[in-house]
Amino acid sequence: MLTQAQLIDPQARSLTLKISRYNPEVDEKPHWEEYKVEADGHDRVLDVIQKVKWEQDDTLSLRRSCAHGVCGSDAMRINGMNGLACKILVKNLKSDTLTLEPILGLPVIKDLIVDMKPFFDHYKAVMPFLINDEPPPTTERLQSPAERARFDDSTKCILCACCTTACPPFWGDRKYVGPAAIVNAHRFIFDSRDRGAAERLEILNDAEGVWRCRTVFNCTSACPRDIKVTQTISEVKRALMTGNIDLDAVQTVEIGH
Amino acid sequence: MAALESSKRVGTAVVSKLYPTRSHTGAAQGGIAAALANLEDDSWENHAYDTIKGGDFLVDQTAAEVLCKEAVDCIYDLEHMGLPFDRTADGRISQRRFGGHTKPNPIYDPSATPGTEAAKPRIPVMRACHAADRTGHMILQTLYQQCIKQGVTFFDEFHMLDLVMVDGECRGIVAIEIATGQLHTFHAKSVLIATGGFGRMFKVSSNAYALTGDGPAIAYRHGIPLEDLEFYQFHPTGIYRLGILLSEACRGDGGVMFNDKGERFMEKYAPNLKDLASRDVCSRSIYQEVRAGNGIGGKDYVFLDIRAETINKYKTSPTGQAVDSAWVEKRLPDIIEFARTYLGVDPIREPMPIQPTAHYGMGGIPTDVHGRVIQDAANTPVPGLYAAGESACVSVHGANRLGTNSLVDLVVYGKRAGRAMAEYASITKFQPMPPHPELPTKTAIDGLLSRTRTEPWVRIRDEMQKTMMDDCGVYRTEETLTRARDVLIGLKERYARLGVQDKGTVFNTGLLEVLELGCLLDLAQATVGSALARKESRGAHSREDFPNRDDQNFFAHTLAYRDGDNGTREAYKPVDVIMVEKNGEMTTKYPLEIRKY
Ligand SMILES: Cc1cc2nc3c(=O)[nH]c(=O)nc-3n(C[C@H](O)[C@H](O)[C@H](O)COP(=O)(O)OP(=O)(O)OC[C@H]3O[C@@H](n4cnc5c(N)ncnc54)[C@H](O)[C@@H]3O)c2cc1C
Ligand code: SF4
Ligand code: SF4
Ligand code: FES
Repeated sequence: MLTQAQLIDPQARSLTLKISRYNPEVDEKPHWEEYKVEADGHDRVLDVIQKVKWEQDDTLSLRRSCAHGVCGSDAMRINGMNGLACKILVKNLKSDTLTLEPILGLPVIKDLIVDMKPFFDHYKAVMPFLINDEPPPTTERLQSPAERARFDDSTKCILCACCTTACPPFWGDRKYVGPAAIVNAHRFIFDSRDRGAAERLEILNDAEGVWRCRTVFNCTSACPRDIKVTQTISEVKRALMTGNIDLDAVQTVEIGH
Repeated sequence: MAALESSKRVGTAVVSKLYPTRSHTGAAQGGIAAALANLEDDSWENHAYDTIKGGDFLVDQTAAEVLCKEAVDCIYDLEHMGLPFDRTADGRISQRRFGGHTKPNPIYDPSATPGTEAAKPRIPVMRACHAADRTGHMILQTLYQQCIKQGVTFFDEFHMLDLVMVDGECRGIVAIEIATGQLHTFHAKSVLIATGGFGRMFKVSSNAYALTGDGPAIAYRHGIPLEDLEFYQFHPTGIYRLGILLSEACRGDGGVMFNDKGERFMEKYAPNLKDLASRDVCSRSIYQEVRAGNGIGGKDYVFLDIRAETINKYKTSPTGQAVDSAWVEKRLPDIIEFARTYLGVDPIREPMPIQPTAHYGMGGIPTDVHGRVIQDAANTPVPGLYAAGESACVSVHGANRLGTNSLVDLVVYGKRAGRAMAEYASITKFQPMPPHPELPTKTAIDGLLSRTRTEPWVRIRDEMQKTMMDDCGVYRTEETLTRARDVLIGLKERYARLGVQDKGTVFNTGLLEVLELGCLLDLAQATVGSALARKESRGAHSREDFPNRDDQNFFAHTLAYRDGDNGTREAYKPVDVIMVEKNGEMTTKYPLEIRKY
């Protein structure tokens, strides 16, 4: 009857981890350390890092909580690409060497941990909350499934910073609000219940707003929630150009990748 | 929710060891219950009945009625705050079915042939308001957004390590700033604990690493009892080995569980609701199947099948109409992605291997309906101390929580507690702090830092998790519980000798993990003590040596007090029962019945 080929255990693997280490209390700058780990194919990269921490070197620091890609804690550069360590499985790694570094563009505090404050400040700057001062009805405000679908993609954001810290213009200019903040502005600009679109668009029209984006697509490929980040940004740009957030006015063609 | 409410009246700060948006509420999938009746008839009374029955009658009935009544307006509030619920065709909040949520069957006929529609006294109802299968994520984001809007102060990545208690009164907390290692004391008029669950006590769990029960453990160390800890819920459908949750919405939307023989085994255990029976029933059924050798390939897991063809074959879709893969994909996008990522299984084409996973603590810090922490069977409040969310126990979940009832608990009672603590703060004066309230914490930390590492602390954790899973899990007996008690005493001894390898101050996460383990060990001891003392089976607490519910002796809540380093002392508190007048006589509104699905 039911077949389950995939449950045959994938091969165990011997991995070499190259981890960028930095302890502000003793190091002047980050340096590489190597560790050897026996990993199971089912293991997540997060499990492998924690094996190092728990069995070999307790001083290694990282953030993590949910371990299944929903809390946004463990964004890091994994073999040069931004991702969540808990969403990448050992069996899918191409090589037996695994390079781990903190995400770029935010100050490193220790090992794989960066200071998230600048990131959250950009997020807060776009007024990421529903604005509507009209007295609400006694039940729910109505919204059609089509209106709801309009901003569905951007509601998925978990504020992990994978996108913003993969963005070359952000590396060059840390005042740029960055893709994550724009995604969260989009979440409200296109919500039929919101009345703050004009104000948010004004903020994003600023020198450090959407126009910094050079449409490089790094952000879209980095997003662990598969949000079409670049498309989101294009929609905001188009709304700025047309001054219109109506459904039809912003129907965009999926821009090639 | 509490902070949002409280900050409307008084200065309010949130202290959180994680960035608030990383909280595990964000992992909640399926929905939040409220009898909005958007898609079919329903009432808060139906919801209250289900909650009380689902909790195997250990639910405090006034608290349950408050929950179900206020749920409706709370959902509208969340919607007004911007929560992006899924919508029905006419633009209202969409609702789906969940285990144990029912309404009376309009065509019920007690004389009908068993197995026919008319023979079922109650039928499933669409009550779970949802945003795809990321409802918790949307709630967490919306509440955080509103807190930003309202200017609530946040101390992000500050880890609470102690409460400041003076003369039985709470005056603040002690927390470590994770980025610097500095200890801070917060002087407050009222303090609310909302530290979430403690599923990390068990080996296979749906809970995040951060869910280590710090709040309840710290309260327990200060002499506050913990209520009903023996009732720990194992969710039937966790991803095999990893424990990551596959929401009950899978079955609400028509998914079916199968054993190795391809049998839909829930037909045996719950002939009426089948796969939509409540969680304790489903988890025990899976264990029974595995014990009988009916696990897949003889192993310790079964299949959950959400393929459209299966849903259509068994006619289990919510409306009974045929569905297609695109519909399934739209209803359960994250679940499908989890299965693809972590199992390498495509649930659109294949069934998913699942096993019960430690999920939710029904018990916790006892509170009244205003979120005030209480300290004894007479419901005496602890001045200045409040609790809400999974770490609290008002008792609306009793012996077993219904799916979607936790999110509504934390919204309804979070709001009530927030209101009560603000009220209290606005009529009381700051009471003086004792000299050096941080001293006990500092001594504990200095001890860990000065000792050399005796063994990796994770060994103690792994042994605790295995013991709790095997000996204090879905099934327990006097023998397994006694063994667990003894093992835990040994682990505590080893714990006391532990040293931490990392001696630094910046992000010393090794140190924090060890402190969290200390909390889990205390809670494990209180759980085992409570389970040993309750010689009956009720809801999630299944004693194989006492297989029946014993209302004569155990129709009461456990209050477990700490007694020395390793002991617990159990007291009992009566269940709150609502009386009504019927034909001139007072009788119980929710008469005790044998729980069958
Ligand atoms: C996978 C999964 C799916 C679920 N699905 C549903 C569902 O569909 N419907 C439903 O009703 N329920 C569901 N539940 C249950 C429900 O999500 C949880 O019970 C609920 O979210 C708990 O919320 P909370 O606010 O109490 O705790 P959490 O959201 O876990 O928050 C705890 C907070 O406390 C902080 N904290 C903890 N310890 C400390 C400390 N020492 N110092 C400082 N801060 C601390 C943390 O940083 C965190 O911010 C699900 C649970 C899981 C695990
Ligand atoms: S598309 Fe724009 S925002 Fe995204 S990485 Fe490129 S430049 Fe940055
Ligand atoms: S848009 Fe994607 S990558 Fe960027 S913060 Fe949100 S979830 Fe992370
Ligand atoms: S640990 Fe939560 S996203 Fe990876």
